[in-house]
Amino acid sequence: MIAVRDLHVELGGRTVLDDLDLDLPDDGVVAVMGPNGSGKTTLGRALLGLVPPTAGTVEGADERCAAVFQEDRLCEHLDAVANVRLVLRRDVPACRVAAELRALGLPADALHRPVRELSGGQRRRVAIARALLAEATLVVLDEPFTGIDADGRATVLAWVAAACRGRSVLLITHDVADAVRLGARIVDLTPVLEGAAL
Amino acid sequence: MLVGVFWLAVWQLAALAVGQRLLLPAPAEVGGRFAELVVEPSFWSTVARSLVRIAAGFVVGTLLGTLLAVAAGCWRTVRTLVSPVVGAVRAAPVVSFIVLVLVWVDTGRLAVVVSALMVLPVTYAAVLEGIGQRDRAMLEVAAVFRVPRIRRLRAVDVPAVLPFFAAACRVGVGLAWKSGVAAEVIGLPAGTVGARLYDAKLLLVTADVVVWTAVVVALSLAAERLVGAALRRLPSSHPDHPEVAP
Repeated sequence: MIAVRDLHVELGGRTVLDDLDLDLPDDGVVAVMGPNGSGKTTLGRALLGLVPPTAGTVEGADERCAAVFQEDRLCEHLDAVANVRLVLRRDVPACRVAAELRALGLPADALHRPVRELSGGQRRRVAIARALLAEATLVVLDEPFTGIDADGRATVLAWVAAACRGRSVLLITHDVADAVRLGARIVDLTPVLEGAAL
Repeated sequence: MLVGVFWLAVWQLAALAVGQRLLLPAPAEVGGRFAELVVEPSFWSTVARSLVRIAAGFVVGTLLGTLLAVAAGCWRTVRTLVSPVVGAVRAAPVVSFIVLVLVWVDTGRLAVVVSALMVLPVTYAAVLEGIGQRDRAMLEVAAVFRVPRIRRLRAVDVPAVLPFFAAACRVGVGLAWKSGVAAEVIGLPAGTVGARLYDAKLLLVTADVVVWTAVVVALSLAAERLVGAALRRLPSSHPDHPEVAP
């Protein structure tokens, strides 16, 4: 289990996360929701070790990590299969990666083209495949379904749900329906307004 | 084509107006001299000797500049130590180096060392800039997924730095020729383009000066094209090419 305790993160002198406690089970999805600026992405980055906590601890997150970032973050000159294989063990064959990308709804002619030539939804599928085919025990999915059209969404969600099994997954989303479909426990990061009166 | 004809006509008219072969030979005279020179075996050996030395200087300067930039990109101490020296080499007049290098090495190696010294700072600055301009987001991806260093080099680092390296090479080829021939003119190593240029000037054969200058320009342009064609085959993550100041 990954345990976040009293996590406090300041970025540029501004408090982004304040005394946050959160448990991520070894097998399960936790979805964090909240308005822009509530610290969802910062929480994901803290779990990945990309943001040092100002105070508090993240325990148990020192295992192998993977992520779908807010942006696709692909190697533009490499094709879809090569982008995914970049993070995999050498013995994972290209044909297996191609089959998984096809299962995610990527057309066959998109597999071996530089990703800079792919559409937004196709690129997102590559980023998702890269994160979930990697040997990782902790996966952070930061708005992973952005740019994926309604027709393909069900296919991608089903694939992601299967791939999430047996791992700690942090899903950052604005869409409660996606969280529900992945069977996630939902955590709301909406800040409590100081001095607010009922 | 028409532009060439226009400038040949301007040249011819200027030569007629000046009326002195010593000051400005006519195009026909220069063409005739070129035709005579090009059939001499010594012409080709002269060109080959300068070409090999200047190419060697270009390769050495490019390699050293790249290695130093990579080291400076990895270790701040190296950068602190090396950058001022490379900056000084870049700012120093080429003739100062030629005179200084003449004290250290024989005239045969002069063009190699001087060309290398001129190319090195350009490559160093460009590659270091490329290292600094690598996509931070992709470096984070590599860190999160623990991508092995060699794979990261091939997929992220090298494609990001290559456009800068390529731009430096294009500038460096021209610089190598200019400085290499200047070194030959001053150091006078036997049987080189620079020495032939100097002899022509000494004997007041202006047509030969023009012919040898044209040979240098042609070789420099051909080398630039060759390097450009080779570099276009390399993969890059940036579709556009950055500018590099000589």
